[in-house]
Amino acid sequence: MTTEPDSSADDAGPRGTASATDPTPAQLVTTSKAKIGAADLIFKNLTRTAGIGLLVLIAAIALFLVLRATDALSANTGNFFGTQEWFPNQTPPKFGVAATLFGTIVTAAIAMIIAVPVAVGIALFITVYAPRQLASVLGYVVDLLAAVPSVVYGLWGLIVLAPHMKGTQLWLNDVLGWIPLFSADAVGRSFLVAGVVLAIMILPIVAALSREVFLQVPNAHREAALALGATRWEMIRTAVLPYGRPGVISASMLGLGRAMGETIAVALVLPASFKISVHWLEPAGNTIAANVANGWGEANEIGRGALIASGLVLFIVTMVVNMIARAIVARRRDFSGSSA
Amino acid sequence: MSTATAPEPVVTGEDRLNLRGQTLPRWTPLAVAAGSVVLALLIYFVTPVDSEIQIVLMAAILFLIAMSAASTVVEGARRARDRFATTLVYTAFLLALIPLVAVLVSVISKGAKRLDLDFFTHSMNNIGARDAGGGIYHAIIGTVEQVVIASAIAVPFGLLVAIYLVEYGQGRISRVISFFVDVLTGLPSIIAGLFVLSFWVLALGFGFSGFAGALALVVLMIPTVVRSSEEMLKLVPNELREAGYALGVAKWRTILKVVVPTALPGIVTGVMLAVARVSGETAPVLLTVFGTNLINSNPFSGEQSSLPLYIYSQAGQPQQFAIDRAWAAALVLIIIIMLLNLIARLFAGRNRLK
Repeated sequence: MTTEPDSSADDAGPRGTASATDPTPAQLVTTSKAKIGAADLIFKNLTRTAGIGLLVLIAAIALFLVLRATDALSANTGNFFGTQEWFPNQTPPKFGVAATLFGTIVTAAIAMIIAVPVAVGIALFITVYAPRQLASVLGYVVDLLAAVPSVVYGLWGLIVLAPHMKGTQLWLNDVLGWIPLFSADAVGRSFLVAGVVLAIMILPIVAALSREVFLQVPNAHREAALALGATRWEMIRTAVLPYGRPGVISASMLGLGRAMGETIAVALVLPASFKISVHWLEPAGNTIAANVANGWGEANEIGRGALIASGLVLFIVTMVVNMIARAIVARRRDFSGSSA
Repeated sequence: MSTATAPEPVVTGEDRLNLRGQTLPRWTPLAVAAGSVVLALLIYFVTPVDSEIQIVLMAAILFLIAMSAASTVVEGARRARDRFATTLVYTAFLLALIPLVAVLVSVISKGAKRLDLDFFTHSMNNIGARDAGGGIYHAIIGTVEQVVIASAIAVPFGLLVAIYLVEYGQGRISRVISFFVDVLTGLPSIIAGLFVLSFWVLALGFGFSGFAGALALVVLMIPTVVRSSEEMLKLVPNELREAGYALGVAKWRTILKVVVPTALPGIVTGVMLAVARVSGETAPVLLTVFGTNLINSNPFSGEQSSLPLYIYSQAGQPQQFAIDRAWAAALVLIIIIMLLNLIARLFAGRNRLK
C-alpha cells in the first residue's frame, strides 16, 4: 500500500517531462505522444477489466447459487434451518441443514481446540526456541503437512487413523463417560476422528501465519524483557504473545474457515447420518461440505438444488468467519502503525 | 528448599558468583526423559493399554510432571514454569511431526504394493472393484489436462489483476477488488465446484467435462496467483520504474519489460505452488468432471477422471483391491505435488541468492 501513492504520483510527473525530452531516443521519434497514451490506456483498461472480471466472478458465484437454490427451497416441505432429515429426492422433498450445519460447527470446533494450541507451540518453537539456521527448515517441514492433498488425509483417516483411535476413544469413554459428550454405545468414525483429521489439515496454515506474526515482534521488546531478568517463558508471555495475539486470532479464524469448508477428508471419514448427536465418540454425523460430496451422486433436480442451497449456507458462514479474521488483521495494522 | 535459603541476608563466599540461583544439572532433562520412557513402557506392558501413541503421550506427561516437580523444588516456581513451557513447546512441535510421518509412512508402505508399470499404463476399463489390476492412465491424463487448462486461464488473469492492483490501483475500486480477492481465498473448494456445476454444467447445459473441472480449478487458482504476484510486484524497487519513465518509456512497456521480468522468479514460484494446490483438489472436480473408468483424452466433451477423484472413488469401496489402488494413486499424487513444491522452493531459493 505504501508504494502505491508514490508510483501513481510519479505516473503523472515523469511522463510529462519525458514527453518534453522526447526527440532524443530513436524509437520514441516514431511513436508519437498520442500513440503512447493510447497503448497505455489500452493496457490499463485491460488490467482494470481483469480486476472487474474478478468482481463479476464473485457476483456470478453468489447469483447462480441463489438461483439454483430457490427452486429447491420453494419445493421443500421441511424447515430448511430446523429440519435434520435430508430427503430432497423424495416426492414431497423434505430437507434441512440443521444436522449438517451442526456437524460442520462441531468438527471445526474440535479441530480448533486441538490445532490452535499446537500451532502456537510450533510457531513459538520455530521463532523463539529453535536455532536461527534451523528455523526456516523446520518451517518447511511443517509446510509439508499442507502439501498433502485432502483426499489423502481422508484415505489415511479412514483406514489408518480411525482404527488407531479406537483405543483412545474407548479410554475417553471409560474415564469421561459421565459427560454426555464422551458417552458412547460404540466408538468409531466419529466427530472426534474427523476433528483430529481437520486439526492436522489446518495446523500448517495456523502455524505459518502465527509464525509470521511472532517474527514481527520487535527484538527490542524481547531483549528488554530478558534484560529485566525475565525467563524465556516470561519473555514470551509479556512481549511475544501480547504483540502477536491479534495475528494468532485471525490465523485461527482463517483455519476455522478452512476446517468448515473441508470436504473430501470429512466425507471419507464420517459415516453420513443426519442426526444432531451430542455423543462425539459415536460413529455418526455429517457436515455440509461432506454431504454435498456424498449426496451429489444420487441427487435429482430438486436434490441438486437442495445441495446447492446448503452450499450457499456454507459459503455465507465461511465468508463471515474470513471477514472477521481480515477485520482483526486490518485493525491491528492501524494500531501498530508498522510500515512492514 | 530454595525458599528456605532465600531469606538469608548474608551471601557466603561460595554463592557469591552464583547470580542465577540454584539450577538443575544439565543432564537432568535427559535423565528424567529416560526415566519417564521406561516408566511409560512399564505401564504399557503391565496394564491393558493397546495403542503405541499412548506410550508417547504417557511418557510426555510423566516427563512434564517429574521435571516440573524437580525444578520447583530446586530452582523455584518461576524457573519451573519456564521449563514447563519449554517442554510444552517442544511437545507441540513433535506432535506435529507425528501425523506427517504417519501419513507419509502409510502412503509409501501401502502405495508401493501396486506401483508397477501396469498401474501407469492401464485404465480402469472393464475392471470392477473386486478385480485386481487396473491403473491410473486415464486419471493422469485427466489431471494433467485439467490443471494445464486451469493454469492457462488463471495465470494470465491473475497476473493482470495483480498488475492492476499494484501499478494502477488506487481509490475505492482497487480496495474492493483486493477485499474480494481475500473472500475468494477463503472460498471452500466445494463451493467453486457447485458454482461451475450450476453455471456451466446445468444452466448453460454444457455437461460434465474436463474443461468444466478446469473452470472450477480456475476459481481456486485465481486468488493464490493474484496474492503471490501482488507480493512480488510490490517488492520491485520503485527506482526501476522511475528509471523506465526517465528514459521516456511508456508505463505499460515499463511494466511489461522491467517490472514483471524483475518479479518473474517469484511469480513463477507462486504459480507452481498454486498448481500444486489445485492438483490435489478433489471436491470441485468431483462435481464437474464426474469421473469415468475409460480413457478420455478430450477435455472438452464427456466425463473425464482425475487422480484425486480416482483416489476418492477407490477409497469408498470396501474391497481390498480397490483400497490398494487408492493407496498407490495417493502415492503418485503426493510425489507429483511434492515435486512441484520442491521445484517451486528451489526456484525461490535460487532467486534469493542472486
